[in-house]
Amino acid sequence: MKAAAFAYARATSVMNALELLGAHGDRAKVLSGGQSLMPAMNLRLISPELIIDIGELAELRGIAVSGSIIRIGALTRHVDLLKSPDIAAHAPLLTEAIAHVAHPAIRNRGTIGGSLAHADPASELPACMVALNATIIVRGQGGERRVAAEDFFKGIYETDLSAQELLISVELPVAGKNSRHFFHEFARRHGDYAIAGLAAQAIVEKDAFTDLRLVFFAVGDRPVLARAATNLVNVTITPPVLATASAALGEDLDPQDDQQASASMRRHLAKVLLARGASALLGRPDLNAGGRA
Amino acid sequence: MPISLEVNGERVDAQVLPRLNLADFLREQLQLTGTHVGCEHGVCGACTVRVNGEIVRSCLMLAVQTHGASVQTIEGLSDSGEVADLQAAFRNRNALQCGFCTPGMLMAAQDLLQQQAEPNREQIREHLSGNYCRCTGYQAIIDAVETTARARGSRTA
Repeated sequence: MKAAAFAYARATSVMNALELLGAHGDRAKVLSGGQSLMPAMNLRLISPELIIDIGELAELRGIAVSGSIIRIGALTRHVDLLKSPDIAAHAPLLTEAIAHVAHPAIRNRGTIGGSLAHADPASELPACMVALNATIIVRGQGGERRVAAEDFFKGIYETDLSAQELLISVELPVAGKNSRHFFHEFARRHGDYAIAGLAAQAIVEKDAFTDLRLVFFAVGDRPVLARAATNLVNVTITPPVLATASAALGEDLDPQDDQQASASMRRHLAKVLLARGASALLGRPDLNAGGRA
Repeated sequence: MPISLEVNGERVDAQVLPRLNLADFLREQLQLTGTHVGCEHGVCGACTVRVNGEIVRSCLMLAVQTHGASVQTIEGLSDSGEVADLQAAFRNRNALQCGFCTPGMLMAAQDLLQQQAEPNREQIREHLSGNYCRCTGYQAIIDAVETTARARGSRTA
């Protein structure tokens, strides 16, 4: 189908975009890369009265590393993240995850800010932001707010962003020397939405986790930071310890049935991901013997 | 809204409604019907074109967003001879039947071959994973892209 008619404004600055958002609020939609917004409009799932195109705002584009922080502008495209040596060096989880985001033609347009503001619970980047302990920076006419990624995602397509605010950038801590990452998702086809996925960031010292953030996606209404991970921190990981964490993970998750998978299949896949993730992060193949949950 | 852009090397000035997507603009206003419209939500890849040298879904881009851009369609790539060998390989390998997906396949395949001289079958498969073909079962398409990559490799070697 074709999108319903709308008015179009090409924002000339962040301030201009905020003025337009201030005046039109939830009757307007911000167009960034358009790779989620345009399908939704073409399918007539949404019909905004006004499209505010922020695509020309160069100030929102780019990746900068300063000290222990990586700052990524909202308009930075997936392809830019995928090819960035800074991201590969300082946030390798993202480099790995981006390869799973759709297909090359989509990655040439889709942006990190758009993906995060859209907040599809099956998408990769929101989960990575939570795993990486990112701070999401949003601006309204009254000023800027910094929101922890963990608090930013509120539900299916729901975030902490108000209709008058614009997502400006994200800040990630630079990965330290003992940090390790793991990313895997199950999907029917490469580039499709995940049936279940795991983005994990860990600090490993002397063969044990001193910090572990396991974020599951496509298994709830938002990225799920698994409390079960606490069972695995500062202990020697043995198969029984992992089994305890796996049981706790089952309690953490409340997945939905849909045409792709049942809730119990998703719960099972999450446990498989937990075992694979722990095994890969610690370099311990014995923890994933037979790939069983 | 007025837009001005370059399409296949030619300057185009046009008036478009904001809701018009790039695929429909190319097909209906410029009569460049090689760009096909399949799913209209970014899944099938039939509408793949190049904008500023990079492949994109023209159904997921508004015509107004191409103001100031350079767009290349399958007509441009075909007329310039850029993909002549790839097209010949598609014919020889029976990599097309109805031909609906072929323009998008050629755009995506050429994009891969520009970035990577000798991709393996897995890499070809991954790069074309966003393009649907309902006739061939894909093997012949992968064959054609692989053959072209090898032939180009041996020409430059």
